[in-house]
Amino acid sequence: MVTIVERRMIVPNVHLLTVAAPEVAESARPGNFIILRPDEQGERIPLTIADWDTAAGTVSSIFVQVGASTAKLARLKAGDTIPSYAGPLGNETEIANFGTVLLIGGCYGLGSLYPIARALTAAGNKVYAMIEARSSYLLYWQERLAAVVERLIVVTRDGSRGYKGHVTRLSEILALEKISPDRVIAHGCTFQMMTVAKETKPLGIKTIVSMNPIMIDGTGMCGVCRLTVAGQTKFACVDGPEFDGHEVDWEEFFARREGYSAEENEPLHRSGCASHF
Amino acid sequence: MSKVDLVRRPMPKQEPAERVRNFDEVALGYPAELAREEAARCLTCKKPGCVDGCPVGIDIPGFLGSVAAGDFGAAIRTVKQTNALPAVCGRVCPQEEQCERNCVLGKKGDPLAIGRLERFVADREAQEGPGQPPPLPPPNGRAIAVVGSGPAGITVAADLALRGYAVTMFEALHEAGGVLTYGIPEFRLPKAIVRREVDYVRSLGVELRLDFVVGKTRTIERLQESFDAIFVGAGAGLPWFLEIPGENLNGVYSANEYLTRCNLMRGFRFPAFDTPLKRSARVAVFGGGNVAMDSARTALRLGADEVHIVYRRSKAELPARAEEAENAEEEGVIFDYLTLPVRLIGERGWLTGIECRRMELGEPDASGRRRPVEIPGSEFVMAMDASVCAIGNSPNPLIPMTTPGLEVGKRGNIVADDDTGRTSRERVWAGGDVVTGAATVISAMGAGRRAARSIHEALSGQAAP
Repeated sequence: MVTIVERRMIVPNVHLLTVAAPEVAESARPGNFIILRPDEQGERIPLTIADWDTAAGTVSSIFVQVGASTAKLARLKAGDTIPSYAGPLGNETEIANFGTVLLIGGCYGLGSLYPIARALTAAGNKVYAMIEARSSYLLYWQERLAAVVERLIVVTRDGSRGYKGHVTRLSEILALEKISPDRVIAHGCTFQMMTVAKETKPLGIKTIVSMNPIMIDGTGMCGVCRLTVAGQTKFACVDGPEFDGHEVDWEEFFARREGYSAEENEPLHRSGCASHF
Repeated sequence: MSKVDLVRRPMPKQEPAERVRNFDEVALGYPAELAREEAARCLTCKKPGCVDGCPVGIDIPGFLGSVAAGDFGAAIRTVKQTNALPAVCGRVCPQEEQCERNCVLGKKGDPLAIGRLERFVADREAQEGPGQPPPLPPPNGRAIAVVGSGPAGITVAADLALRGYAVTMFEALHEAGGVLTYGIPEFRLPKAIVRREVDYVRSLGVELRLDFVVGKTRTIERLQESFDAIFVGAGAGLPWFLEIPGENLNGVYSANEYLTRCNLMRGFRFPAFDTPLKRSARVAVFGGGNVAMDSARTALRLGADEVHIVYRRSKAELPARAEEAENAEEEGVIFDYLTLPVRLIGERGWLTGIECRRMELGEPDASGRRRPVEIPGSEFVMAMDASVCAIGNSPNPLIPMTTPGLEVGKRGNIVADDDTGRTSRERVWAGGDVVTGAATVISAMGAGRRAARSIHEALSGQAAP
């Protein structure tokens, strides 16, 4: 059982969740995730770690409210307890001096890229962060990210801030910003990561993506998080979650993520709680 | 001496037509009268072969004598001297290959129903409420970390707590019990029983830490700073698949996933519990062991119209306990023997059918079983909307991946001495599935017992009693 230190909607539908979990905080590394259960009937939900504070013993994640389980998380408040919080899980992001690294984030990825940016900068890289959202009001943690990178590049689909459009403009933006990355790391929604991988492939830039499949135990037992990478079956929880984006079978991955989309919303419809709508 | 009674007393069961509609336990257990009659059949052999057949060496004639005399309290005390999990073992041990196989009554008639009686005395004790835990010796000041709360870990924890050690048991999942909780279904091993057994171990002073993933939350190296010895019973790891086309389609499960969704996550009660489990109409289960039977019978209870066990050998080679295969058959599971799945067929990402090939039995192979040989041109397709692969799994990878100096075998298993459980790393012992790959509950418990003895010898410098 762990206690919620903070749960706050930081932009519409996107929440920051900070819990007191000193042992997890002490072992957390960039790119790790945790698994929690919001209540005794709840699913095991994997969330990427966005930050931690070893001294305070706290761990933070950013989550997007999408289905019934994340709706439960979104109702938590400081002082509440949740029955399970296990981690850190998965392999940490490879941190070394690669030269120039471009981080690309959207959605919860703006949060989970933050510790990666910090570590890569500390390792001597020139780090750039490119963050994308539908509109400027959906961006968060810009100051935090800006403090640990060389330059923050903003892309909004409506053009309300920074470049207008989507990561499909990647090569053009790289030219305008005069950046030639040795490595790209993308965190965020599956579609965005796939798009990034498609854009960087012809440019020949090694691209790491953080895969977010359905998981249950998250400890290398059940096998539901399997995906195909370079023609081989891999398990995101123990072999990943980060993989070479140019080697991932995206079509299969999308299909597997959709495996329970109907059921994910089912409890919402049955809860009888009008406050969701 | 009275006439030898060669007929085993039958144990009441739920009727098949009824039980396929619920997740309640199938076998109902002996009433006291039948238990006493069955126990009275024991010939109290001078050299009891049954005890030799028991991996944890229960004094079987001793406890049977107490049952026959109606002293059920004495019976359970005898069992618990060497077995921390009697209600579990009475249900899931393959007694027919162990204690009961050595029973002399079996030469002319039915061997004594030792497993059923073990279950009886454990359940009887539970009905009377939690008993007094046995007296504990004063703490000896040594701390033990047990990694995993499955059958191996529970045995080590109980044995060492009873010798005065301060034991902390770490469990990665949110409930204790390991495979007893996530793997074996409610209808074969009710979770209330697992909880009861775990509570007993806690009553011995064992501290249980849930949601603690050793290897990740803390490494073994780090734990060694605060524990005098570590036992690793981390259990099963990644499921094996057949490595045929189509296995990443939706509707294709590993048995670990299928059973975990159902048992640990209570998916059979979706949407009261949030973890979904599809109600598939036609389900094929690949494999012929107990896990395959559990998966097939789970699928029936979830409302499937048709469930097939697809097994490449014949009925004679089924690795499942005969009792479990019989239960499955009675409930309507269809057994496709000598059948090999060769391809999974899908549409828009979802499984729609399985292509299989017929087999015939050839010469015996290394395991002594006749090798199945494919019949060319015998392919056929069965429509299916779910398949469950129950052909085994590798040992859990987390600790081998994160522990320097720990010797790991070819299959990813931790290498440990058979007699002691000692690993290549100083002060680290291991046992159960993480060493052997998927095996039985009782063999994991036997490994736990041997490791506990070795740990005690190493830390106290004296031979264990």
